[in-house]
Amino acid sequence: MSEHEYIPKSKAGKWFNDRLPLLTLGAHLTDYPTPKNLNYWWTFGGILTFCLITQIVTGIVLAMHYVAHADLAFASVEHIMRDVNYGWLIRYIHSNGASMFFLAVYIHIFRSLFYGSYKSPREVIWIIGLMIYLLMMAAAFMGYVLPWGQMSFWGATVITNLFSAIPLVGDSITTWLWGAYSVDNPTLNRFFSLHYLIPFLILGLVVLHIWALHVPGNNNPVGIDIKKPSKDTVPFHPYITIKDAFALLVFMIIFAGFVFFTPNVLGHSDNYIPANPLVTPAHIVPEWYLLPFYAILRSVPDKLGGVILMFSAIFILFVLPWLDTSKVRSAVFRPIYRQFFWILVIDVLMLGYVGAMPAEGIYLVLARVGTIYYFLHFIVVMPVVGYLEKTDPIPMSISEPVLNGGAEPSLARKVNDKV
Amino acid sequence: MSKEEKKVNRRDFLFTASYTVGAVGVGAVIWPMIDQMNPDKAQQALATTEVDISNIEPGKSITVLWRGKPVFLKRRTPEEIAEARAVDMDDLPDPQKDEERVKEGKDEWLVMLGVCTHLGCVPLKDKGDFNGWFCPCHGSHYDVSGRIRKGPAPTNMEIPKFEFVDSNTIKIG
Repeated sequence: MSEHEYIPKSKAGKWFNDRLPLLTLGAHLTDYPTPKNLNYWWTFGGILTFCLITQIVTGIVLAMHYVAHADLAFASVEHIMRDVNYGWLIRYIHSNGASMFFLAVYIHIFRSLFYGSYKSPREVIWIIGLMIYLLMMAAAFMGYVLPWGQMSFWGATVITNLFSAIPLVGDSITTWLWGAYSVDNPTLNRFFSLHYLIPFLILGLVVLHIWALHVPGNNNPVGIDIKKPSKDTVPFHPYITIKDAFALLVFMIIFAGFVFFTPNVLGHSDNYIPANPLVTPAHIVPEWYLLPFYAILRSVPDKLGGVILMFSAIFILFVLPWLDTSKVRSAVFRPIYRQFFWILVIDVLMLGYVGAMPAEGIYLVLARVGTIYYFLHFIVVMPVVGYLEKTDPIPMSISEPVLNGGAEPSLARKVNDKV
Repeated sequence: MSKEEKKVNRRDFLFTASYTVGAVGVGAVIWPMIDQMNPDKAQQALATTEVDISNIEPGKSITVLWRGKPVFLKRRTPEEIAEARAVDMDDLPDPQKDEERVKEGKDEWLVMLGVCTHLGCVPLKDKGDFNGWFCPCHGSHYDVSGRIRKGPAPTNMEIPKFEFVDSNTIKIG
């Protein structure tokens, strides 16, 4: 962007741009040199932006009809479903939108893990991304509480009680979170307030996430540094915009499939029973996107230990750029790490499955094995494999494997060259 | 040069004093913002509940709501009391005598918060391996005195503050 200063063509454009260089920003975003080999795993950034905007727009509309009061919330959600024009559609988009948001973010995170996008010089992008992920979980949890059904109430009770595991001040913190002596109307009120706030915090972090991305530029499937702009890059518009648009269209078809044909399949039927503080549902489960962490929580027979391990499972990701010792970014050229990557994917899916099952018998054993592997992967496998692994030759440039029919060893650089 | 820098001068004093006053001011503004989230007067006003216990037969229990939480009131049979008192303290993860969990002379009345000490679910009565309560959420078993015996819950179910107003009425809180 920096080589050629953008000059608006029209006089009015020039006048405005001299005072607020929005047009320069627009030109930067349009011309932004992007690696030409980005595959469809790279389209999830755009898809996630779409998800965030969808949640904000449908959420604002729902807030026009929803009542955040313990006595009225459940009925107001049913009012949205039955009375409000297209209320059923807007609510189903919002509730399924949360699931689609998490589906996309998990693909986005695992793409980063596979292609080493979290590594230098992109650590800050990764960390901001994790902060967005944490806020997403907070927003999703509080949003799930708002309909004030049985799962809302007891999910809120169980999650807020996690804080009571903190020694000495745990009970005071829990009471402070509740604003009462149990999950009650004050809790619902503040959850609604925060649920409305968090998406805008996420939006701010998304701006920083993209800003931080535009400093080094995109990583790419071969994971090498590229000159920008060069024959290895294409302008963001129209090349990436059209590819993102196509992927978004496919994503929206799947999204619409859930909304129109099976809108409640990802929810829990108990949440259509109004909240009752005297009766706990027989089988409490969180939403699917939190299940792996729930499995980790339950795999530990100690209350505080379980809570610590569950939070560690998320916070360990923040130091990932420093746990991975490999100089090669992309797992395409890392034959050993690549296998461990897929074991991790299977491990997380398995944890998600056992998180939905009762914590007993074989499920408990699997949860414990899965938890141990999860931590081993980050604490042991990543540093050790990075040191020991003999990586495949990496190409000199993106064009090279394309133009010469594959990563010819004679053309490839040695691994210990600067990547 | 370096010697001059080390000397504390008027400006250093002004900086320190300004930061200090500023910090106190910020703290004074932040505290109300934090404390407003604590239980308000209306919540605190619900702090006591009176319960009529004249209709409870031995062996039966009722559940009442106190401060948004369920409270179990169980009138125990002599056999149940004997069972609770026969337990070896070494078998308890959170050792506590049954006598410490009831009012003296009113041994048949077990009044306790019906809240699992793990993550706050309501345990089911007459279930579990110990003839007491069982929490369906994460599998904690409590005995006939409401003490944790097996599972992830760290402590016995809590005994709230309560008193007998007369022989037929209990005041909780």
